[in-house]
Amino acid sequence: MSDRILGGTCLVLALLYIYFATQIRVGFISDPMGPKAFPIAIGVVLALGSLYTLLRPDPEPVWPKLGRLGEIVFAVVVMVAYTYALPEFGFIISTTFAAGFLSWRLGATPFAAAIAGVGIALGIFVVFRLILKLSLAIGPWGF
Amino acid sequence: MDVLASLADGFAVALTWQNLGLALIGCFLGTIIGALPGLGPSNGVAILIPLAFTLGLPATPALILLTSVYYGAMYGGRISSILLNIPGDEPALMTTLDGYPMTQQGKAGEALALSGIASFVGAFFATWGLVFLAPQLVKVALLFGPAEYFALFTLAFATLGGIAARNQAKAVIAAALGLGIAMVGVDHQTGVPRLTFGEIHLYEGIHFLIAIVGLFAISEVLLFLEHAKGEAPEASATKLNRITAPLSMLKKTAGAMGRSTIVGFIAGVLPGAGASLGSFVSYTMEKRISDKDGTFGKGDPRGVAAPEAGNNAAAGGALVPMLALGVPGSGTTAVLLAMLMALNITPGPLLFTQQPDVVWGLIAALFIGNIMLLLLNVPMVGIFVRVLQVPTKYLMPAVAMIAFVGIYGLSGSTFDLLVMIGFGVGGYVLRKLDVPLVPVILGILLGNEMEKNMRRALTISDGEYSILWGSPIAITIWVLAIVGFVAPVLIGRFLRPKKDVTVSP
Repeated sequence: MSDRILGGTCLVLALLYIYFATQIRVGFISDPMGPKAFPIAIGVVLALGSLYTLLRPDPEPVWPKLGRLGEIVFAVVVMVAYTYALPEFGFIISTTFAAGFLSWRLGATPFAAAIAGVGIALGIFVVFRLILKLSLAIGPWGF
Repeated sequence: MDVLASLADGFAVALTWQNLGLALIGCFLGTIIGALPGLGPSNGVAILIPLAFTLGLPATPALILLTSVYYGAMYGGRISSILLNIPGDEPALMTTLDGYPMTQQGKAGEALALSGIASFVGAFFATWGLVFLAPQLVKVALLFGPAEYFALFTLAFATLGGIAARNQAKAVIAAALGLGIAMVGVDHQTGVPRLTFGEIHLYEGIHFLIAIVGLFAISEVLLFLEHAKGEAPEASATKLNRITAPLSMLKKTAGAMGRSTIVGFIAGVLPGAGASLGSFVSYTMEKRISDKDGTFGKGDPRGVAAPEAGNNAAAGGALVPMLALGVPGSGTTAVLLAMLMALNITPGPLLFTQQPDVVWGLIAALFIGNIMLLLLNVPMVGIFVRVLQVPTKYLMPAVAMIAFVGIYGLSGSTFDLLVMIGFGVGGYVLRKLDVPLVPVILGILLGNEMEKNMRRALTISDGEYSILWGSPIAITIWVLAIVGFVAPVLIGRFLRPKKDVTVSP
């Protein structure tokens, strides 16, 4: 079933892709092939691969249980929140929370996860900012 | 011998204190990356590219650092294979078969030392192979026109999809997805925006580093979240008695190392094969030749030496098409290609003629890195074993955060980080569905180059498509591409190790 969904999704994607590729505006000066042909060809190839997968799917993969899937969604939410937090709160605070949350969800006790979060944030800050002089996100307090 | 003269020049480039230091750091980091389960050479190098890039290192030192990581990871993969029966990366899968039984027999130290030496032999001779074979390939490649290049790119996808994938249709999907992503952005030849939907961030296209780090590193973190407990594998039980290999063992395994080096190198040069196939074929072949008493799989030292020599030789061999043609043959070399592109170096025949100091400096660095790795690995293996005991619940968050730091350093843009997370989720889903990620990466990397060559060819022929198969070289490449894609369907079952979900791509 998963493979049929994959095939179906990719097939729709391929058709959309071909449609959008045909919408590319071609300028006055163009080479014989132009900017449209290659994307359209890719769409066709994608459609062929998808059709095959749709019709001849592989055995079902082992999906994680709903609870674990929730963990993955949660981790993605944490990461998205992290990217928005970076410019607001600076590198160290955002990273402490993000790394701490991930570590907690990967099985650390809340206390150990908190320490891991601080440790990872400070560790990266020292190595990449202080030693290697890389630019990290700077919050209102300068770190 | 102008090859040797060039190599001597290369050593002059590589032998500076800064470069030696970078090689040492690279080897050390690489071994750790290879040793940690879940961080393979592709992931490791992928995370480090943006960092090396934002550090502002010049091309040659950056190359030296990252290729040392690449070679180091090939060495490191065996440590957890031997001690824990968990391959540190995919090529090290075969090493578990005889390495772990040796550990159970209390011969972990010997197995580690032996595999270190076998890795050295494989990598060292493969680097010599690279020195002599690459310039020959360059001579051929200089005859290539745009049509031949287009065929060559197709060959890379065909063989990669044919050999490396379990399901050809999924490899096709993967390649098309990658190529499709590469098309996003302003068309280089006519200047019209394509598939950007008016989003200004997309005009420059999606940066391949963002895609690679997302697909490899972030998806790996998500994959780990499936398993509730991020504990470190049990390692403390094994005691390392002596980390040397007795001479008699070396003598016994010399034949295995020699044969596997040759087989591994050839497997590495072939597009689409790479180190995993190298170690698999060398082990299987060695088993056929030497396993007269049925000792393979029960801790035969030859079963450790063969795959290790094979996979390291393949790692060297895989650099041949990558450097000489600009067409990577495996996942890790695809990531190395990304690194070259990030440094504004276009691999291929012109690299050898126009920037020989980069190529030969790199090759010299490979020799230096090899010797360093041998020196590092045999006496210091205890430290690396210690590193293995870092639980993934602390390791994976750190990996994710370093991935963010690297991509943030590239542009400082929130949009890029979101795209990276998107690729991470996509990569996770694709991996679950057994869609290979390497063709996606290759598509993103080569898409524009492939299209450019096709359009150039058609400009030359004024729109006549037959130019694409208009020369004997082009026809040969097309035939190889078709054979490379179709043949594995027929004989592929014998060529492929079984899938292990715990290892990285």
